[in-house]
Amino acid sequence: MSAIPATRTRAERRTTPGVRIGRRRKGREERRSSLLTLLLWVCGLYFAFPLVWLVVASTKDNADLFTSFGLWFGKRFSLFDNLATVFSTQNGIYLHWALNTVLYAGVSAVGASLLATMAGYAFAKYDFPGGRALFSVTLGAIMIPLTALAIPTYLLFSSAGLTNTPSAIILPSLVSPFGVFLMRVYAADAIPDSLIEAARMDGAGEWRIFWQVGLRLLGPGVVTVFLFALVATWSNYFLPLIMLNSSGLYPLTVGLAQQQAASAAGGGAQALFSTVITGSVVSVVPLILCFLYLQRYWQTGLATGSTKG
Amino acid sequence: MASTIAARPRSRTGDKHRLRPGSTRRRQHAAAYLFVLPFFAVFVAMLIVPLFYSGYLSFFQTRLVGGVSFVGFANYLHAFTDTAFLGGVARMALFLVIQVPVMLALALFCALALDSGWVRGSKVLRLLMFIPYAVPGVVATLMWGYLYGNDFGPIAQTLRAIGLGAPDLLSPENVLGSLMNIVTWEFAGYNMIIMYSALRSIPGELYEAAEIDGASQWRIAWSIKIPAIRPAILLTIIFSVIGTFQLFNEPSLLHNLAPNAISNSFTPNFYAYNLAFVDQNVNYAAAVAFILGIVIMIVSYVVQLSTQKREKNA
Repeated sequence: MSAIPATRTRAERRTTPGVRIGRRRKGREERRSSLLTLLLWVCGLYFAFPLVWLVVASTKDNADLFTSFGLWFGKRFSLFDNLATVFSTQNGIYLHWALNTVLYAGVSAVGASLLATMAGYAFAKYDFPGGRALFSVTLGAIMIPLTALAIPTYLLFSSAGLTNTPSAIILPSLVSPFGVFLMRVYAADAIPDSLIEAARMDGAGEWRIFWQVGLRLLGPGVVTVFLFALVATWSNYFLPLIMLNSSGLYPLTVGLAQQQAASAAGGGAQALFSTVITGSVVSVVPLILCFLYLQRYWQTGLATGSTKG
Repeated sequence: MASTIAARPRSRTGDKHRLRPGSTRRRQHAAAYLFVLPFFAVFVAMLIVPLFYSGYLSFFQTRLVGGVSFVGFANYLHAFTDTAFLGGVARMALFLVIQVPVMLALALFCALALDSGWVRGSKVLRLLMFIPYAVPGVVATLMWGYLYGNDFGPIAQTLRAIGLGAPDLLSPENVLGSLMNIVTWEFAGYNMIIMYSALRSIPGELYEAAEIDGASQWRIAWSIKIPAIRPAILLTIIFSVIGTFQLFNEPSLLHNLAPNAISNSFTPNFYAYNLAFVDQNVNYAAAVAFILGIVIMIVSYVVQLSTQKREKNA
C-alpha cells in the first residue's frame, strides 16, 4: 500500500520541491495549538538540557564546576583555558585522537557508502540470478549483533597482525547492510528504467551508466548512507576499545572514556573534569555541524527508506 | 538463466531485451555481479567468516592443563545455568518492555505533533530532538553521568537548593532507570525522525477527506496516519530490540562511576566483553555472544510476526 503513494510523492518532490508541503500547510496557519506547542517544547528542553549543561560546564574551571549552579556560568570564563588544556594534556594527545577519529570515520563512511551504493543500485536495477537471495542474506545480516562479531574478528585480526592498526577499525566498518537496503529502496524510485534504457541505446556501458546517470540521481540517498556510516564509526567505542592498545591510535571515544575513568578514580584530585567536559564538547561539534549542513539531503533520503521498511 | 527471465515476464529489463542476443543480457548480469562484488567481498570477510569462527570457537574450551579441547555444547549448557548471564538477559528483557515502549511512544507522539502543523517552531524542535543522535554514546553517558552525580550535577544541586535530599541516581536500585533515561535521550529523536519522514510521505488526500468530514486530529492520527507508517514503526521497534540487547557503551562507562551498581555482567554484551578480554575466556564469551545473537533474532522475528498478524486481521 505504501508503494504507490511513495512513488507519487517522490515524483512530486523531484519536479516541484516544497510545493506539496506548502499545499498541505495552507489554511492551517491559524490552527496552532498552544497546549501541543507547550508539550513539545518541554520535550525539546529535555533533549537540549544536557547539551546546554555541557556547553556551560565547558566554560568553567574545576573550582567553579563544584561551586556554581550547573545551568549558569561561573565566576570566571575559562573556556579558552580549558580548550588550551584539552589540546595540551599529555603532549597534545587529544589532537591525535581527533585526527584518528576523522581518519577512521571519514575513510569508513566513504568506503561504506560507495560499496552500499553500488550493491543497492545493482539490486534495484538488475534482475540477475541469485540477486534476491543475496539481498535476503544482506537483510538478515542487519540483525546480527555487531558485538557478537567483535570477539572473533579480534582473534582473526590478531593472527593476521592487524590489531592495533587503523585497518582494524576501518575494515569492519565498511560493511553497512542497512545502507544497502536503503540504497536499493532509494535507487528503485529515483532512477527511471527508461533512462537506463536510453543510455544503453546510446551505447553507454553499464559502468558508465552507473557513474554518470545513476550516481547523479542517487545524491540524497548517498548522503544519508554516508552520514549514518560516519556517525556509526565516529561514535564506535567497542571496536577500537578491543582492537587498539596504544593510546596514540585511539579515537576520541576511547580517549575520552579513559580520561573519564581517570578523573573518576582520582576523585577530582587530578582536576581532569573540566578537561573531559571540554573535550566532549569539541568532539560532538563536527558531527552536529555535518547533520545541520546536510539536513536537506538526509531528510529526503530517510523519507524514502522509512516508507518501505 | 533463460528460465529466470521466462519465469518473470515483467522483468525490469523489459520485453525488448528478450529478443536481443543473450550476450547483452549476460553482459548486464556480469555488470550486476561486479557491482555487488566489492560489498560482498567485505561482507563475507568481516561478517560471515567471523560469525562462523565464533560458532566454531564456542564448541571448545581452554584449560590450564591439557590445552584446547572440543567440548560440544558444554559452553552453551553452562550459559543456561550461569546466573550472571541469565541475570543480564532478564535485565535487558525488563529494559525492553519498559524503555522501548516509552521511547517509541514519545517518538511517535512528537512525530505526529510535528507533522500536524499545530506546533510553533516545529523546524527547530525537530532538529533539537535529533541532535542527541549525533552525540556519541560515550559522550552522552559521561555527560549524563556528571548530571546524575552528587558533586556538581544540576539535578542534585536543584533538589538541595529547594531543601530536599538529593537521590543517588547511580545507586544499585536506581541505575537501571538512569540507564533507560540515557538511552531514551540518545535515540528517541532518531526514531522520531524515521517516523516523521514516513508521515511526510503520506499523500495528503488520504486524510484530507477525513478532515473535511470533520474527523478529529486524534482520530486521523490513530486510524489513518499510524497505520500508514506501520513499516517505519516496525523498523524502529526492530532496531530498538537489537540495540537493547547490545547495550555496551553506557553500562561500561557508568561502571567507572558506579562500580557497585553496575556489575561486570550488567548487560549480556558487557559480560561477553569482560569474559573475553578480562577473564581471557574466549570460548565461553563466543558462546554467550552467539546465544545473544539468537535471542535477538527470535525477539525480532516475534515482533515481525505479531505485526504481520495484526495487519492481516485489520
